[in-house]
Amino acid sequence: MTPLLEARHVTKRFGGGLFDRTSTVALDDFSMAIAGDAPSITAIVGESGSGKTTLARLLLGLTAPSQGSVLYKGKDLRKLSSDESRGFLNDVQVIFQDPFEVYNPFYRVDHVLTTPIDYMHLAKSRAEKWTLIEQALETVGLRPEETLGRYPHQLSGGQRQRVMVARALILKPRIILADEPVSMIDASLRATVLGSLQKIKDEFGISIIYITHDLTTAYQIGDNIIVLYRGGVAEAGSVDLVVRTPNHPYTRLLVGSIPVANPDQPWTPEAAAALPNQKRGRTSCKFADRCPSAMAKCLEQTPPLYQTDPHRAAACFLYEDAPVLNNEAMDNVLRVNGAVVAG
Amino acid sequence: MATTVEGGARRARYADQGNWRDGLDSVLQYCRRNPSLVIGLVIFLLLFLSSTIGAFFVDLENARPISVKPLQPPSWEMPFGSDKQGRDLLAVMVAGTPLTLRIGLIAGIMGVSFGGLIAFVSAYYGGWLDALLRGIVDVGLTIPGLMVLIVVAMMVPGGLSVEQMALVVASLAWLYPARTIRAQVLTIRERSYIQVARLSGMPGRMIILKEILPNLLPYLAASLVGSISAAVLASIGLEVLGLGPMDAPTIGMTLFWINYNAAVINGWWWWWLPPIVVIGLLFISLFLMSVGLDEIANPRIRRSI
Amino acid sequence: MIANHLPTIVSDPRSGRVNEPRPDVLRLEHLSVYYDTPRGPVHAVEDVTFSLHAQERFGLVGESGSGKSSMALTIMRLIKPPARVVAGTIWLETTNLLTLSETQMKHLRLAEIALVAQGSMNSLNPVMRIRNQMALGLTDHGIKLTKSEMDEKVTSLLAQVGLPPQVASMYPHELSGGMKQRVVIAIAISLSPKVIIADEPTSALDVVVQRQIMETFKNVQAEIGASVILVGHDMGLMAQFVQRLGVMYAGRLLEISPVREIFSQPRHPYTQMLISSLPSTETKGHFTGIPGLPPSLLNVPSGCVFHPRCPLAADRCRAEVPQLREVQPGTWVSCHFAS
Repeated sequence: MTPLLEARHVTKRFGGGLFDRTSTVALDDFSMAIAGDAPSITAIVGESGSGKTTLARLLLGLTAPSQGSVLYKGKDLRKLSSDESRGFLNDVQVIFQDPFEVYNPFYRVDHVLTTPIDYMHLAKSRAEKWTLIEQALETVGLRPEETLGRYPHQLSGGQRQRVMVARALILKPRIILADEPVSMIDASLRATVLGSLQKIKDEFGISIIYITHDLTTAYQIGDNIIVLYRGGVAEAGSVDLVVRTPNHPYTRLLVGSIPVANPDQPWTPEAAAALPNQKRGRTSCKFADRCPSAMAKCLEQTPPLYQTDPHRAAACFLYEDAPVLNNEAMDNVLRVNGAVVAG
Repeated sequence: MATTVEGGARRARYADQGNWRDGLDSVLQYCRRNPSLVIGLVIFLLLFLSSTIGAFFVDLENARPISVKPLQPPSWEMPFGSDKQGRDLLAVMVAGTPLTLRIGLIAGIMGVSFGGLIAFVSAYYGGWLDALLRGIVDVGLTIPGLMVLIVVAMMVPGGLSVEQMALVVASLAWLYPARTIRAQVLTIRERSYIQVARLSGMPGRMIILKEILPNLLPYLAASLVGSISAAVLASIGLEVLGLGPMDAPTIGMTLFWINYNAAVINGWWWWWLPPIVVIGLLFISLFLMSVGLDEIANPRIRRSI
Repeated sequence: MIANHLPTIVSDPRSGRVNEPRPDVLRLEHLSVYYDTPRGPVHAVEDVTFSLHAQERFGLVGESGSGKSSMALTIMRLIKPPARVVAGTIWLETTNLLTLSETQMKHLRLAEIALVAQGSMNSLNPVMRIRNQMALGLTDHGIKLTKSEMDEKVTSLLAQVGLPPQVASMYPHELSGGMKQRVVIAIAISLSPKVIIADEPTSALDVVVQRQIMETFKNVQAEIGASVILVGHDMGLMAQFVQRLGVMYAGRLLEISPVREIFSQPRHPYTQMLISSLPSTETKGHFTGIPGLPPSLLNVPSGCVFHPRCPLAADRCRAEVPQLREVQPGTWVSCHFAS
């Protein structure tokens, strides 16, 4: 069954032009697939420099990979016909991070809701258009009479972001890519936006790719999780396994650095790097210079993803006794619904 | 769940929020807080309408040569006196200022419109089109504008009319706006709301028109003001060199005659003083307008929220 | 004004401590700050009173619009028109900061109170080397050192924040976000001030770097014996860093409590709802937010500022502004129902 959206061995390099030898690899040989059948929320977690923003842009077709391809229903994004492009726009929508920048300050918030309907011909009459808009707003918990007709600066960050979710809903996509949707919103308003996302997955069967640096919200909302580090996958699998019993040393460091809202649960002390000043070879584990469990092997070879659990894989030589993850198993590792907790 | 009828009533309510009366109110309120723009506009308008207003006070026909006794200092009958060719200088100023401004306006508007169009297309679509247009603009900007204008003006047989002068100036006036507006469009092109518009299925030309252009209106206005001043200066320059319409009483032509007849050396101060004052007023008004527009375009220097 | 240089007496309500005389380094009394707008004054900070003890880490938590940043800037006397202090006093030991002239205030900034502002890593001068920027603060306060003495001082400051000496000769763009923030902290401690105000110092940083920075900050603060006010909206960060926490909402202080108290037994309904809306990695899928929206500061609700969203709201709450009262030694709440 062709996945709806797939990244196949995608590598993205920046820089390194004719006269510039140095280039950065933002994303290295990354593969993932979103199936079309069962909706799920996949969280992609990474710090700055992990490649998650690049990944978002690649999946949306806003930029092209240096190697590998991004496929929509089996066809490369760069080779879509205009009809297929239209289909892609319909099926894959996005929610951006900054709830203010996404609004054109010249217009009221209605503008972001009416534009897709007008240009993608989603309603046959004005009445139908406004009904669509009102329904979408109510689904995300906003009252149309309090939201429409206002300018963006008159709404809170949470409200603005929910209007964006409503906009995504109007287009009835199959996948919504949410790029750090709550990081610029106050803590107490985040729950409402996250709740809307959860609701639209449950009620409308829309899969969500939730990109964030915040492991806590990823845990709250995600079914599956992919942890990125410097362009490569460190660990992936069911969110319960990865966050509560992390395998990869980097995931452990991430989880241990979350400030818990409980003074009696301090940050777990950061273990020192085992091989701090060693030079990494051309291929190496990207975390080797910070890893407290690094071995000599880690400086010379890139670890593949080892399947350490039926629903989890980690790219670390500590687990080299486990089987290497192949493509079919990758599907399984990430195929976890909210209801099923992997054992 | 709202029925369509109820929904219709509600929708009428949304449309109510912000009708034209509110708009006018906020405009007036803004004018109170932005005196530069208002004062600049008022002065400019007064200068522009000076011939209409002035017609009540003086006979515009006397702006022609051999109308009154020449070289008369200011008096009650002729507040500005007269020049060597027998023109009533008040009539000249009153009739000529709008002509000069008209040249500036025509050339300025044409310059910003055409330059803006090139800028939008070039910046939004990028690629080879951008490279080509940018190349033309950059090369064009290095050519000394006045020289080109002189050459063009000289080639037109029988001297230029006021309208032809405007066209000549406009032919080069679009280059600078093309470059500056392009830079502004580039900054907006990367904004998130443009990406959202693209992902909503909006085609490129609609994005330019509906998403980018409205946000650049203050900048375009400021660009227009700059363009007008450049055009006025260029036209005055051409006229002073004797390439302008010989029979028109424009400010530049007055300066030409002042020069030709050595009015400064001869001490005929009533002749050379008014044009200088008018030019000063004109540029002060343009400057005030640009300061006022800058405040709109650049919220960081707004003095109140 | 009676001299306030004596350590506060045991029964002084504002110190928040009984049987432990602790001198207050900073004391705010009934501070109100308004922003003048064409539509009327915006009540950014309303009648705030609290004190900061010596060598204490105090947190000021609130959502956007709660007034916490305005307060931080006001303490530094860095607010500009249209903002103005409408009422109140700010005592830095024995000096009322609001009565000082700008010149006098300039002497105090960095030397007595330092600010680590939001996004401060972007306020490093991009064309100056780190060493020169750090030296600027020192020389501006009249400290004259020879070149080698200055180099030594810079190196020792960098070491205090965990940076190697090579950083001194680098430019800001050569440093990572976390390193730049450490430099800013180093500048803030360079004159060993009594109070350091940190306004969301780690908001743009990754969670791992954030942890490292906050731990460094904690060490440095203990070393120089300064008091810290950490302003922010991240309750988790507050729990990890501060000793006492103040909760701000719509310009008012609703609750002040020692940090363990406030998380185990929050008194004010807003604090309770805020803490229960925090996501954790313990339980999944709880999406409880606080219903409603923060009020407009142009049209502040009558009586208790939280009553439109409070599940306990009664008539008294609409009519009467609750005063900040000490309901237990060290715990202050502004609510009609807390006792």
